[in-house]
Amino acid sequence: MAKVLVVTSGKGGVGKTTSTAALGAALAQSGQSVVVVDFDVGLRNLDLVMGAERRVVYDLINVTQGDAKLSQALIRDKRLDTLHLLPASQTRDKDALTEEGVAKVMEELRAKFDWVICDSPAGIERGAWLAMRHADVAVVVTNPEVSSVRDSDRIIGLLDSKTLKAERGERMEKHLLLTRYDTGRAERGEMLKVDDVLEILSIPLLGIIPESEEVLRASNLGTPVTLSNPASTPARAYSDAAKRLNGESITMMVPQNRRSLFGKLFGRKAA
Amino acid sequence: MSILSFFNRRTSAPVARDRLQILLAHERAMVGQNDLVGVLREEILAVIAKHVQVEPEHVRVKMERGDAISTLEVEVDIPAQAKVRIALSA
Ligand SMILES: Nc1ncnc2c1ncn2[C@@H]1O[C@H](COP(=O)(O)OP(=O)(O)O)[C@@H](O)[C@H]1O
Ligand SMILES: [Mg+2]
Repeated sequence: MAKVLVVTSGKGGVGKTTSTAALGAALAQSGQSVVVVDFDVGLRNLDLVMGAERRVVYDLINVTQGDAKLSQALIRDKRLDTLHLLPASQTRDKDALTEEGVAKVMEELRAKFDWVICDSPAGIERGAWLAMRHADVAVVVTNPEVSSVRDSDRIIGLLDSKTLKAERGERMEKHLLLTRYDTGRAERGEMLKVDDVLEILSIPLLGIIPESEEVLRASNLGTPVTLSNPASTPARAYSDAAKRLNGESITMMVPQNRRSLFGKLFGRKAA
Repeated sequence: MSILSFFNRRTSAPVARDRLQILLAHERAMVGQNDLVGVLREEILAVIAKHVQVEPEHVRVKMERGDAISTLEVEVDIPAQAKVRIALSA
């Protein structure tokens, strides 16, 4: 049975697109069929992070409007044949995406895939609403920083009231993905700690992704970090998060990105 | 800068946590209330529109929260020439 997952946050630049690609690839690696759907009309980026930007022919809006068939718009990943991308339109007006159009495409995607992962645009407007509308599960991406936590709180409120699931009176399953986490700075009291954020938002923790240059490297290469360097700390944190989404219980690790004195002196991470 | 303020400067996270807790407690209450006022406004408008022709912007609903009681204020402007449907259907 297909599961629709929305990756959302309210605030921009916190790591939604990065997380969509990394979780999507990790779930696809476990053999399940996955499609990642870009809802960021006009500001699409998932194609770039997935390294598929030169293969985009049709997009989500073309499919909702009947200009292309779903099969024509879907891009199969070159590295993992269980992973697919449905890109957003870069040129069309945001209003071209309608509620009915999205409903039709989501129904088709549900029939085809095990996981449908929707990468939400920032904000709490129509685009974010459409991305969360059909979700069974939500991953709320949050940075340990005041404005991100506040926006996440707002998004949690919307997930509990404006989704189809909420309107049917069902409980929306929500998970917190804390990203760009710097253990050292949190320990020194410079940054909110995991427990602070958990206490404030009170939704279960799916994973802690460290601030890491591996993430930047992965996006430079156009490869989800779980594929570009599976042994790296962020990749392992994303893979564990994907396993938890699959219902496995995995011990939560707080990533250690502490620097050695040597690393500190020379301004880079110790190996 | 004194030595003390040098050390205090670093631990700003507890301040962030406290500010967020206070702010979000307030905002969560507000959001629920805004929705309530919105819902009330729409339903009141629908009831009035069954009998009198009014413009939506002429119906104002305001909630004022007090410690012991809250008051709901409904203000409707009915233009002199508004059609009164009750009279017609009676
Ligand atoms: N864990 C991380 N460590 C370092 N940089 C990150 C991390 N997660 C995201 N980034 C960077 O932050 C920026 C915004 O990420 P992105 O996934 O596009 O956010 P969003 O989709 O929420 O706007 C990108 O440059 C990305 O490479
Ligand atoms: Mg994005």
